[in-house]
Amino acid sequence: MTARHFGIGLAIVFAASCALAQGLADKGETDKRRSGTQDMGEALQKMQDDDTANPGMLFVQLGGELWGKAAGAAGKSCADCHGGAASMKGVAARYPAIPKGADAPVDLEGRIDLCRTANQQADRLPSDSRELLALTAYVAHQSRGLPIAPSDDPRLVPFRVGGQDLWKARQGQLNLSCAICHDDNAGKKLAGVTIPQAHPTGYPIYRLEWQTLGSLKRRLRNCLAGIRADSYVYDALEYVMLDLFLMDRARGLVLESPAVRP
Amino acid sequence: MANVLVNAPKTAKRGSIVEIKALILHPMETGFRPGPNGRIIPRNIIERFTATWNGTEILDMEMSPAIAANPFVSFFAVASESGTVGLRWTGDEGFVVEERVAIAVE
Repeated sequence: MTARHFGIGLAIVFAASCALAQGLADKGETDKRRSGTQDMGEALQKMQDDDTANPGMLFVQLGGELWGKAAGAAGKSCADCHGGAASMKGVAARYPAIPKGADAPVDLEGRIDLCRTANQQADRLPSDSRELLALTAYVAHQSRGLPIAPSDDPRLVPFRVGGQDLWKARQGQLNLSCAICHDDNAGKKLAGVTIPQAHPTGYPIYRLEWQTLGSLKRRLRNCLAGIRADSYVYDALEYVMLDLFLMDRARGLVLESPAVRP
Repeated sequence: MANVLVNAPKTAKRGSIVEIKALILHPMETGFRPGPNGRIIPRNIIERFTATWNGTEILDMEMSPAIAANPFVSFFAVASESGTVGLRWTGDEGFVVEERVAIAVE
């Protein structure tokens, strides 16, 4: 080995040890991120943790029935291709992702829709319909307890950056951005309610105010209406971009689907 | 589609008090809300929830439009003999759901 090669080798070792030290420093730092669950009262936390009191579990049960039911012209059920629900473990923790042959990301609901139209040759399920929510909840439930682990696909980066831009952009009559509430003022009160950090840890969520299960898209539309901005149209890529950014922001937090929220 | 979650102990000591929890999927539409077309959405609620222990009634509950969707009911009973707890929800539009759980009393 020449002196020059030795130098390069040393540099690599040095860089690697720096990266390792950096990683350890990151772990040593206290993580200030918290799931919305921690901002809820004790009664609601108990409701979420008890699988026979959490109304979201009714939808998971319904999703399980739909999973095994044939649909569409192909006459196939989800189970015919995917087998048991165990095959869906970890899927909700890494979505949104770019499906094969596509160039834009889809969220979990979008992926289920693609499977329905392409593989089952069935009609699309409407956004926030009971069937779509139930199937999404069933799939997401399989990842409960796993850390959020977004995909490293480099093609996702521009969409994620786009999501971050949307997050920081002021909009609506109140001229607020998502970040103003959920980054700068999280933990403070808005009327009587604690402003959460807005980590998508439990979607689809059973929201007591809605009296039903709802998607992240519905929650985002809700927030947009709250700042008196125009919501994006239902199929807009903006929701998926925000989803991508939020999942990356919540990387490592534990999934709780289906979560209960007030 | 009947979609129910029941939480009752499988076994109980004779004479002990057991908690039975029941959750059911139901819209509990009040009958006071206008729909997208401006017309009132017809009332669709669970009117009555009853529980029996080996056929003997232990709970009779009347429900009202003010109760939220997917009603969750928790109640207590004294475990005197092994048997079946029968739960029955009846309501508007011919809604009838029955569910049974077995409790062994030692």
